[in-house]
Amino acid sequence: MNEYPVAPNVTATAKAEAAKPIISFRNIVKNFGAMTAVDNVSLDIVPGEFFALLGPSGCGKTTLLRMLAGFEVPTGGQVLIDGQDMGDTPPNRRPVNMVFQSYAVFPHMTVADNVAYGLKIDRLPADQREARVREALDLVQLGALASRKPDQLSGGQRQRVALARALIKKPKVLLLDEPLSALDAKLREAMRFELSQLQQKVGITFIMVTHDQDEALAIASRIAVMHKGAIAQLGTPSDLYEFPASRFVAGFIGSVNTFEGTLVKDEPDEAIVACPELAPHNVYLPHAVPGTVNTPVWVAIRPEKMTLHKMSDVPPHPPECPAGENVAKGTIKEISYLGDCSIFHIEMAGGRLLRVSRPNRSRYDQENFGWNEPVWVSWSGSSPVVLLS
Amino acid sequence: MKQRAAPLEYNRRWQMKLWLLAVFFFLYAPLFALIAYSFNDSKRTVVWKGFTTKYYGQLFRDEDLLIAFGNSLTIALVATVISVIIGALAAVMLWRFRFPGKTITEGVMSLPIVVPEICMGVAMLVFFSRVLPWPNDLPWPLSLGAIIIAHVTFCFPFVTMVVRARLASFNQEQEEAARDLGASDWEAFRDILIPHIKPALIAGALLAFTLSLDDFVITFFTSGPNTVTFPVKVYSMVRFSVTPEVNAASTMLIVLTVVLMVLMMSLQRKTDQQS
Repeated sequence: MNEYPVAPNVTATAKAEAAKPIISFRNIVKNFGAMTAVDNVSLDIVPGEFFALLGPSGCGKTTLLRMLAGFEVPTGGQVLIDGQDMGDTPPNRRPVNMVFQSYAVFPHMTVADNVAYGLKIDRLPADQREARVREALDLVQLGALASRKPDQLSGGQRQRVALARALIKKPKVLLLDEPLSALDAKLREAMRFELSQLQQKVGITFIMVTHDQDEALAIASRIAVMHKGAIAQLGTPSDLYEFPASRFVAGFIGSVNTFEGTLVKDEPDEAIVACPELAPHNVYLPHAVPGTVNTPVWVAIRPEKMTLHKMSDVPPHPPECPAGENVAKGTIKEISYLGDCSIFHIEMAGGRLLRVSRPNRSRYDQENFGWNEPVWVSWSGSSPVVLLS
Repeated sequence: MKQRAAPLEYNRRWQMKLWLLAVFFFLYAPLFALIAYSFNDSKRTVVWKGFTTKYYGQLFRDEDLLIAFGNSLTIALVATVISVIIGALAAVMLWRFRFPGKTITEGVMSLPIVVPEICMGVAMLVFFSRVLPWPNDLPWPLSLGAIIIAHVTFCFPFVTMVVRARLASFNQEQEEAARDLGASDWEAFRDILIPHIKPALIAGALLAFTLSLDDFVITFFTSGPNTVTFPVKVYSMVRFSVTPEVNAASTMLIVLTVVLMVLMMSLQRKTDQQS
């Protein structure tokens, strides 16, 4: 077997798993009637992580989170929080707190009463309670709004109330169910940053469920991509993006061009994949790849890792490849101008569309290429990922 | 310059205005006639002889009528409290749980609303004379038991309806949030769900109170000689003749009902503004 490149952070992940986990899912299965929502998931989360469960709707991520909070009981397997088997411990006796997707702020209580609720239930004396509420409200910068009612707050402020209300209980783990999905785009970006700041400040493990890959990449220190009730891949954001393990992960995180092909050659210093859609050119890689020769594989290339060239330019010669090999020829069928970059849809000889993105470095860049213009596309040999599934 | 009526401004067309006028006339003219004639200074109701309030004074000296009024208020109060408790619990049960026979339970529960009152009345009469004979000689509040039970049966489905409508707008994550913050099932119910349905509980209570207060048919079949309610008493007075005294008594009942209805609607509006 030849050596092929692996995700550089896999070692970090292994180290994380060796530490004493604060959360352990062991062979968790959850069925709703005949439907399997979570299918044999085992996962360790260590203290201090900002962990994201990422996946499309219906992949089981929310069910997993709700089993952690105690709102669902697993059909099989164990949930351990700080080494303790939770069994069917009810939600009110678990050392975790949750920020709900709708924030679930109590509408008939003021901001301060909302935040104080958990302590009131715990029968904490009023003077201690007040100090803690003040502290929690200052943490989320809501001190000035303590006596407001929730209907006088904006969506972002309501979310801060939900955060303060959960954090005031000093949970071992904070659970966040789609925390940013109810906010508008600008606020969402600002809150991403604030959430990770907050996590560093309080030093509590955060577990977030999201369907938004940008959100997970931006905030999380580690991500589990879920698909059909199972974990498709576990790793740091850059591991998942640059070294996806399957076509599902490659396609779910970011956008990607995937070509079906056959592995023609697999040597330590060169691999060749023949993709009918890229014919007459083959895909050359300067290293070994997984898979066996003469079996079908998939080649995945990110749009930003490809370069556009004018037809008048000489066919490009990426240095890593044999002269002029990792290229494709096509016609620009569509240009989406996004400001910071433009997305080009390039139709190849066989009719397949290729997605290439190009940063608009100069203010006049968008004038360089026009619709229906024939172009060359090139990429370096280290850019594509070869996938087996 | 006066603008022409837009296509949907029906209320600016004269046909519509005429129609509204007719509706209001036929709805309210009898009531206003009744109120007006309660101030008529004549034993015979049809001829206007001058303004007086003496029949209202007479009303307050009529001991039988006062007893009947006291009975009505007591029955309405007790029936309302029981109806609100049973009705609200039924609503929460139907909203929260799935169980075999739920659809049937829902149907059966609204039966008292759709069954003709006369049938309910006869059924109650049979029930309280054959199945569960209610003794005639019980001390005062207990003697009203049969009527109270009868009133609860037709009042609580209305409470259930109002509370269920309110529950539909409840965000269940709020209750989960309370549980997550350490509240037991009961604490979450008390602190989160009850405050949410409170306006519906008040509206349902007022509805039940007015329904019970002015019910005649069912009460007529369940009341005994010692347990006469206000509407039944008014009916027995009318049997001899429609006197201004009857008019005055009816006016009192109308005023009481209208006050309660206005209270209920203002509460409803407050709830709508909140959510």
